[in-house]
Amino acid sequence: MKKRNLTFYLFIIPVLLWLMLLIVFPHVDLFLSSFQFENDDGVTVLSFNNYLSFFEDSIYWLTFLRTALYSISITVLAFVVTFPVAFYLTKVVSRKYSSFFVLLLLIPIWVGELVTIYGWMILLSDYGVINSFLIYLGIIDTPIVMLYTDFSMIIGLLYMSMLFMIIPVMSALDSLDDSLIEAASDLGASKWTIATKIVVPHAMPGIASGGIMVFMLIIGDYVAPNILGGKSSLWFTEQIYNFFLTTINWSQGAAFGFLLLMLSSAIIWGVLKLTGQKLERVGS
Amino acid sequence: MIRSLPNSKFYKIGYRIYISLFYIFLTIPLVTICVLAFNDSNFIALPWEGFSLDWFFSDTTERLGLFADEDLLISIWTSIETGLFVAFLSTLVGTFAALLFEEEKFRFKGLLYFLALAPLVIPGVILGISILLSSTSAGIYIEDNFGIYIESLGPSFWLVVFGQFSFCATYVMLLVGARLKKFDRTLEEAALSLRASRLESIWYVTIPFLRPAIIGAFVVAFLISFSNFNTTIFLIGSDLTLPVDLYTRIRFSLTPVLNAVSLMIITFITIAAVINIFVNRKK
Repeated sequence: MKKRNLTFYLFIIPVLLWLMLLIVFPHVDLFLSSFQFENDDGVTVLSFNNYLSFFEDSIYWLTFLRTALYSISITVLAFVVTFPVAFYLTKVVSRKYSSFFVLLLLIPIWVGELVTIYGWMILLSDYGVINSFLIYLGIIDTPIVMLYTDFSMIIGLLYMSMLFMIIPVMSALDSLDDSLIEAASDLGASKWTIATKIVVPHAMPGIASGGIMVFMLIIGDYVAPNILGGKSSLWFTEQIYNFFLTTINWSQGAAFGFLLLMLSSAIIWGVLKLTGQKLERVGS
Repeated sequence: MIRSLPNSKFYKIGYRIYISLFYIFLTIPLVTICVLAFNDSNFIALPWEGFSLDWFFSDTTERLGLFADEDLLISIWTSIETGLFVAFLSTLVGTFAALLFEEEKFRFKGLLYFLALAPLVIPGVILGISILLSSTSAGIYIEDNFGIYIESLGPSFWLVVFGQFSFCATYVMLLVGARLKKFDRTLEEAALSLRASRLESIWYVTIPFLRPAIIGAFVVAFLISFSNFNTTIFLIGSDLTLPVDLYTRIRFSLTPVLNAVSLMIITFITIAAVINIFVNRKK
């Protein structure tokens, strides 16, 4: 019995250190810092000022609202764009090629966001590849402004996040028995009926975990809004970033960080409750 | 609709066109980067000025190629070092966590497991700022009370390592845990009944079974660390990692050398992915 205890401690001590020092303590500190405020005498006091300034200055809460709405819409968009692809790769394409197609999906994920966002920057800029090509073909005379707009920001966010939707949806669709679809089709169901009554409900667990992953990546992203977005495409993480690295007002930044954490946790919790999913399924 | 059902021609062709468009969308940024890395031009734009390897090998001040750009090579090296430390630490602790949550029973297990999963749903920016805040306050506390100044508690190489480790360990735990779920516990029991200690049975029976998952998790942790930006940016000291260096260059000094680096990353990832597929197919 004593030996068993020894291994148990060997496992639990590093895990406790990890969770306490790098997860619990930092977030408690984030919460506490968000109430610190330096008053006119230069003394740090406890106050709600950091949160009050969020509501007083409309640019802050408008950005917050904008970030939330954009994140939700882009998550839905990611689902709409990728669902037919996930279905194609699991049910339609012959198995010989499917591993090749899946491989192509994984490359942009592992190459990393910075590189892929840079690629879109080259493509979308005023004298970039797309504009040069369109001018060469004679379709347009002057470049269309695409970079540094909401459009380029949405493309970037969609691109870097959508593959995290496909993969869980594919693994959910894998377990869908083809004969269910055949039976429905034999009984005269239309494709739309089959898709909405059989395929999507079966894939729901995958859609929920993919959706949570995608949403979280988008709402917490800094690179795509900052590099591809224009001056008006403010993202809430950019404001947090500014408080920490530009204007050096950490406790204000902490308050904003805490608000972002609350927002994303609330939405994720809501989705988990609605779909009856468990948190541990999200990662797999 | 599926392989076994007949479809109208219109539907089939429409579906194929959609899939092709999707794959064009998926690959076009990477292909563009790679092609323009060989453009004989000082700007990252068309027109095509001819083939050149300048952005890899040239070392004039006007065109500083990848292999002559010391700062860039240093940041690549920093990223590799960071990635190895992060992968090692998170593989170790993540595997411990998987074994702990799958095989042991103890109080507050549910709560601890929830905490271990939390990094999945905490945005990277938040992890970055909270670790920065807390390590700075810990540093100030230690300096005030013990008079010792610990540099690594401020933005530094080691803070980046620990920051990335904090969420990579979760991924390792899930990957190793998934394999552990398929493990036949009677093997461990057999070892124990043959008078192996608990630690011996884990080392000689469980770990060999987990080896593929552990190796896979190591690679995943390395790759996540290598491309991480959102958490790293808040914790970084004077040693820039590659993504932070790329970001600064994209913002302030855009040259096609960025294409050259990106091309190397893309090639490396593609080769790794292809090897992975062949290894998996053999099994």
